[in-house]
Amino acid sequence: MSADTNLQHTPLHELHLELGAKMVPFAGYAMPVQYPAGILAEHRQCRGDAALFDVSHMGQIRLHGTDAAAALETLVPQDIVDLPVGKQRYAFFTNAAGGLLDDLMVTRCADHLLLVVNAGCKLADLKHLVTHIGHRCQIVPLHDHALLALQGPRAVTALSRLEPGVATLAFMTGGDFMLAGTDCYVTRSGYTGEDGFEISVPASHAAALARELLAQPEVKPAGLGARDTLRLEAGLCLYGHDIDERTTPIEAGLTWAIQKVRRPGGARAGHYPGAAVIEGQLAMGTSVKRVGLTGLERVPVREGTMIVDGHGHPLGRVTSGTLGPTVHEPVAMAYLAVNHAHPQMEVYAEVRGKRLPMRITAMPFTPHRYHR
Amino acid sequence: MTTKFTPDHEWINIEDHEAAVVGITLHAQDALGDVVYVDLPEVGRSYTKGEVAGVVESVKAAADIYMPVAGEVVEVNEALRADPSLANSDPMGNGWFFKVHVTDMMQFDELMDPPAYDALLKTL
Repeated sequence: MSADTNLQHTPLHELHLELGAKMVPFAGYAMPVQYPAGILAEHRQCRGDAALFDVSHMGQIRLHGTDAAAALETLVPQDIVDLPVGKQRYAFFTNAAGGLLDDLMVTRCADHLLLVVNAGCKLADLKHLVTHIGHRCQIVPLHDHALLALQGPRAVTALSRLEPGVATLAFMTGGDFMLAGTDCYVTRSGYTGEDGFEISVPASHAAALARELLAQPEVKPAGLGARDTLRLEAGLCLYGHDIDERTTPIEAGLTWAIQKVRRPGGARAGHYPGAAVIEGQLAMGTSVKRVGLTGLERVPVREGTMIVDGHGHPLGRVTSGTLGPTVHEPVAMAYLAVNHAHPQMEVYAEVRGKRLPMRITAMPFTPHRYHR
Repeated sequence: MTTKFTPDHEWINIEDHEAAVVGITLHAQDALGDVVYVDLPEVGRSYTKGEVAGVVESVKAAADIYMPVAGEVVEVNEALRADPSLANSDPMGNGWFFKVHVTDMMQFDELMDPPAYDALLKTL
């Protein structure tokens, strides 16, 4: 692998190299795609014990000011104003056509909102925020913070050995905790379908915290490869693949993430980009929707694969897919015409000239095991 | 010298030219990562040199398997089909892909010997 000087490094770069990671370019960063154990072992580590992921490439942005929540609501169809202190919520930036500019996590901390956005979108998101709500709140990108994700059924065991207080957090809540001798913000959330935590830590202390976590008997490092197979089995969308500017939240099956107060009839309905389109789709439905697919033959069905009906008529395309290491069968997401998007219906994936049978399956493919 | 290598990171062992063994190299399996699926050629079918004869897929990627030389496929590794991880654990041995009846020894001779392949790996 040639050294690319244009790639940015996370605060854990030296640690990744020391651990023998295979580094790949991702969203402008050199990131570990896997460690010597390999993607399958890292995936199983996370489902069985606990895995530590470096997700410092993601954007962390603070919004300060009394008007910040109301201002943010002009860009997302979520209820931010009534989000209590210490609660976290899944959200997305929409465009005028109701398409998705990015998906993000919003947490209300004591005196600000903390946004975590996708690495590949973070510059555009920042510009979007500054342009549209920069006059209403103070927008502070946290360039000097790393983000660690500790995920798995034994993540709580490992992290509470360092700081017992984290065990009191429930899924999608957060709080300030001392870790590795510094102030961190910890949320009980993640992108694997498992219980776990995301830890926002000052860059100066990130490597020390990571080493402390890796010293716990439950914890091993995992890379972006396992992160992708884990989130896919958990039925979670990957921005730029399963959702993007051309897909609306309704088509993507993310209606659940739009709170009633922001829907027609709600106290703060609409008044976000693309509200008319999204409200129209809420009322009338969509022509396509995102579905889960499981393969009936053990052949991986990957992004871009055409899905057809029994007569060979195109129904849509796969947006991500792999062989699910936990479910032991091919899993994929695809956008299909709604009249074909019924659970248990059989469709076919066209792979190398063959038609492989797949079944439309409710997601997640592996049950979520959050600590509610 | 009975084992030679291709620029596509496959090896072919021609101890028995009527059933020369083909597989992927240690480097290939390392670059691919955990192999989860293989598509093997059809036994009894003849392939030209360079023709796609199969597919190897890891968790993260799919790669074509090319015929290193022209010939008829005489056997495929059913054990590999059942347990694709053999391509990772023993790529030069039990993780072989198929056997081919080589008719043109010139095509074999043109492939890389071990020192030439090692030199290629050093350039990657």
